Amino acid sequence: MTAPAELDSPDTDSLVDRPWVTIVWNDPVNLMSYVTHVLIELFGFTKDKATQLMLQVHQEGRAVVSNGTREQMEADVARCHAKGLWATLQQD
Amino acid sequence: MRFTRHRGAIRADLDDVELQVLRQLAGELLALVDEPEVSEDPLAALVGMPPGEVPAPEDDILRRLLPDAYRDDADAAGEFRRFTDADLRTSKRANALAVLQTLPDVPGRMTLSRDDVDAWLGLLNDVRLALGTALGVTEESDLDDYEQDDPAYQTFSIYGWLGYLQESLLSCVEPRLP
Repeated sequence: MTAPAELDSPDTDSLVDRPWVTIVWNDPVNLMSYVTHVLIELFGFTKDKATQLMLQVHQEGRAVVSNGTREQMEADVARCHAKGLWATLQQD
Repeated sequence: MRFTRHRGAIRADLDDVELQVLRQLAGELLALVDEPEVSEDPLAALVGMPPGEVPAPEDDILRRLLPDAYRDDADAAGEFRRFTDADLRTSKRANALAVLQTLPDVPGRMTLSRDDVDAWLGLLNDVRLALGTALGVTEESDLDDYEQDDPAYQTFSIYGWLGYLQESLLSCVEPRLP
């Protein structure tokens, strides 16, 4: 995937160093079993880890499912959207 | 109708109404995520460049199917959409088309390959997202919330049935690791 990756504020080193994260948000429609299934398929989590993250999304409203460069997180968010998960990326 | 697994084969028996409802919903989803009307630069289109701008959908259902990738940065969300919108729509259309192809011509048995299962899971989820958004469901929503003569009663019934189908299909397969 070609993705825009310009940092908007390249004025401090600390800002550049902060990792980006992919966040999955709670959704009243998606089945808990489906979210767990998708998290395993997209990120290679164990069943236990995927279940734990799914429950965190369900109970706390959101969970960080991956971190890395902005380009990597844009790719992860795109893969989540293709599966119907409500995901965004942001700098941690 | 529910999905079951027999000696590795994943299958379901569809009656006339189930077949009609699924065919109609898959067709509607297909039309919903059709290519957006954007004014393309013909030269850019010729060399496969993304369009200059892809506005976020105004429709609530499309906004849920094609969500913003950034919560608090409209410019970044717009750039992301510009580069990813076409692929996302294409993948959703591919799921709907695969489902339409696997549906039998007449009521009866349908057998799915493992790839078909992924398309079915994606399509069932997208249709549930569309219906759930249209209904404004919450985690507490229940069929008893609707009067029987309310058109939403039937919509919610179908929404619930699709969830049951999706759950039965999930119970037939293990996730495939990346």
